[in-house]
Amino acid sequence: MSGRSGRTRIIRTPEWTRPVPAVRREVLTASPEADEGKPPLLFVPGFGHGAWAFAENWLDHAASRAFPAYAVSLRGHGGSGAAPTATLRAYAHDVVQVAVSLPRQAVLVGHGAGALVVAYALARYPARAGVLVAPVFGGWGTFGAALRRNPAGTVPAVVGGALRLRRRQLFSRELPDAVAQTYTERLGRASTRAQWQLLIHRAPEPPVGKPPILVVGSPDDRVVPASALTRTARRYGVAPLLFPGMGHDLMLDARWREPIDAILDWLDKDLVG
Amino acid sequence: MSTHSEQESLEPAATLWRDGRPVYDRGDTICVIGAGASGLAAIKNLKEYGFGVDCYERETGVGGAWNWRHDRSPVYASTHLVSSRPLTEFPDFPMPDTWPDYPHHSLLLSYLERYADHFDLRPHIWFGTEVVRVEPADGERWDVTTRSTGGYGAERTSRYAAVVVANGHNWAPKMPAYEGLDEFRGQVIHASAYKDATQVRGKRVLVVGAGNSGCDIAVEAGQQAARCWHSIRRGYWYLPKYAFGRPADQVGHAAAALRLPLWLRQWLFHRALKLTVGDLTRFGLPRPDHRVYETHPIVNSQLVHYIGHGAITPVPDVARFTRTGVVLTDGREIEPDLVVLATGYLPRFEFLAPEILGTDAAGRPSLHLNMFPRRHPTLAVAGLLQPDAGLFPLVHWQAVMIARWLRLRELAPERARSFAARIAADTGERWNSAKVKESTRHWFEVGHVEYLRAVQRTLDELEVAA
Ligand SMILES: Cc1cc2nc3c(=O)[nH]c(=O)nc-3n(C[C@H](O)[C@H](O)[C@H](O)COP(=O)(O)OP(=O)(O)OC[C@H]3O[C@@H](n4cnc5c(N)ncnc54)[C@H](O)[C@@H]3O)c2cc1C
Ligand SMILES: NC(=O)c1ccc[n+]([C@@H]2O[C@H](COP(=O)([O-])OP(=O)(O)OC[C@H]3O[C@@H](n4cnc5c(N)ncnc54)[C@H](OP(=O)(O)O)[C@@H]3O)[C@@H](O)[C@H]2O)c1
Repeated sequence: MSGRSGRTRIIRTPEWTRPVPAVRREVLTASPEADEGKPPLLFVPGFGHGAWAFAENWLDHAASRAFPAYAVSLRGHGGSGAAPTATLRAYAHDVVQVAVSLPRQAVLVGHGAGALVVAYALARYPARAGVLVAPVFGGWGTFGAALRRNPAGTVPAVVGGALRLRRRQLFSRELPDAVAQTYTERLGRASTRAQWQLLIHRAPEPPVGKPPILVVGSPDDRVVPASALTRTARRYGVAPLLFPGMGHDLMLDARWREPIDAILDWLDKDLVG
Repeated sequence: MSTHSEQESLEPAATLWRDGRPVYDRGDTICVIGAGASGLAAIKNLKEYGFGVDCYERETGVGGAWNWRHDRSPVYASTHLVSSRPLTEFPDFPMPDTWPDYPHHSLLLSYLERYADHFDLRPHIWFGTEVVRVEPADGERWDVTTRSTGGYGAERTSRYAAVVVANGHNWAPKMPAYEGLDEFRGQVIHASAYKDATQVRGKRVLVVGAGNSGCDIAVEAGQQAARCWHSIRRGYWYLPKYAFGRPADQVGHAAAALRLPLWLRQWLFHRALKLTVGDLTRFGLPRPDHRVYETHPIVNSQLVHYIGHGAITPVPDVARFTRTGVVLTDGREIEPDLVVLATGYLPRFEFLAPEILGTDAAGRPSLHLNMFPRRHPTLAVAGLLQPDAGLFPLVHWQAVMIARWLRLRELAPERARSFAARIAADTGERWNSAKVKESTRHWFEVGHVEYLRAVQRTLDELEVAA
């Protein structure tokens, strides 16, 4: 499987013979007032979301706590270049390309399917730490749950349409309807291939450089069932940090401050302190 | 960057002695010699596995061969990679995907500098400090003696738990001896002293040797010099930089990774070359005396082009020099103003007694996986490879292997003993499915796929559960 176990393969024929093509990548940034030497954070949004989802609250908050903060839009998302046939490998490539361009070794923070992308990126880049927020690691279980909870949004994805997430899957009732509405209107989509790969993919290789891993989620997430969250955390030999009452989009929901503070506390303790 | 005096002031007085001289005990710290690509990869990966590292670099910057500011850098102004970007970059620090397939040497330097900064390696490096002796000490440790580059200043000896030798093998010119060379009134330089086309402009130039250096320089002389002869002592395969619309090494890798048998890959390659480049004997070039992959690949799309345009005249080996010219083995005499000896480089390990690396009379060390000497488990060489692809991926995994090996020795001595026994019993395997041509340069030629397969097995074997 993946996580801590599994093996790093060093002959990488697809990567060497069919390199991922370059694309324009949107990177949004928030810089701390003074450099305290803390590692840069690179936030990776999930399918449909762009860097904007982190620029809304988390980037500035991280910067206010002295972490240089960056968010990338995966190709085909947000302000990045179009990529209708992108694969998970291309998304992970985007993350690694941005990570190595940062001045120091970065912490990778992935949300939703972006957490799976981060898991792939962690197998290619020795991050200072990895944070998986409401991770969607895919597989048929997740698909079943999505079908039950949101048949209208999930069925079109099977035939190549966009996977649509509903407002009440993403946010708690504490977030005013109008705000939730503007967020869902901003959602785009991942490529059809990547959507399929969410179901069928080779498990990510173990992270290189043995970074500490944190898994964060909500027991009330209507996209990631609690059992899936626990399973992902167990792959990495950790227990998930839970924020009851929150929706899937922890970085946009009304109580967005709690999870990011917990993540930054953990980083301060593990890496800086 | 740190300075030596800083280090001295921070350190306790020496408590160890060797031959009446003080030895500073560096505890569990590991010493890396050289801050080129190989040394940087060693520091980064040893650090990642939790080791303390001191690196000594005799130059004032990182990058080794790729730092054209260094006196001993072999790169010339027009050097571009011969291996394409994906097969050359470190596996965990890719080059920007906006860079060309074959980046310029100045990009390589900026890449290595960014690698050093990103992973915060510079605080570990003592610049301007040359290693002059590495001697075994008690308990499989090593006494490393350094001094300021250039020889002035006092020597200083520190004791390390292990040493990684990453001193590079492309800086000490291999100079052939020729009868009459002393009398020759023209100019003779080695390729390492060739920097840019101004040196050949308007002159009659003879380039000796058809490695990648010789071919690059002949192409430049073909465009800039009044006359260019290219002397080669055998026929070669000149591989183009692109084949089937892809960088040629990517095509070659795909064939090797498919596990096509070597003879089939050679046959396919010969066919492809025949159909694209054509028969080179019509230009007066000798027919290759070997199959493709049996000499270090020459990757140069322009050489044949300029030969075909009459700008480069291929000639046979040099027989001897006279006062005014050069006599070739076919009896012809030519009169160059400048002779560039692109005859390659020799690996050198002056700071180590030859028996430590098991070095034979011809100067070839005997090392398991081109890295581990038979009887010194805490010493390893990194980067002593001539691959048919980029070097950095191989060196990266060598560095990981060294880190895992040193950790395994601490955590699982039983398993470490069985690996040590295998190192000692190695019969000199060469990691190349092709029968490489016997020549002064080919004893450390490796097929990158064959080599990486062996490295993968070793990495898996050395892994200690977290
Ligand atoms: C013209 C040219 C083009 C090349 N093109 C390619 C290519 O396309 N692709 C590819 O993969 N490779 C290429 N190479 C091979 C190249 O050598 C490697 O890419 C790489 O630079 C090797 O790195 P290294 O660290 O092993 O050695 P080096 O880069 O030589 O670094 C060794 C370092 O050790 C230091 N050092 C040596 N002795 C001592 C000592 N006693 N004390 C302290 N410091 C010491 C040196 O100053 C140097 O900085 C090319 C080589 C040449 C000459
Ligand atoms: N653009 C680039 O990226 C680039 C450029 C230059 C070099 N490089 C790399 O740097 C390394 C060194 O390359 P190099 O070209 O300098 O050296 P090299 O590969 O060792 O080639 C030396 C050449 O000189 C010949 N030679 C050696 N001794 C001779 C003698 N006594 N008389 C006549 N001919 C003699 C050799 O012939 P034999 O065939 O008989 O050995 C060979 O043709 C290689 O790894 C190469 O790939 C890369």
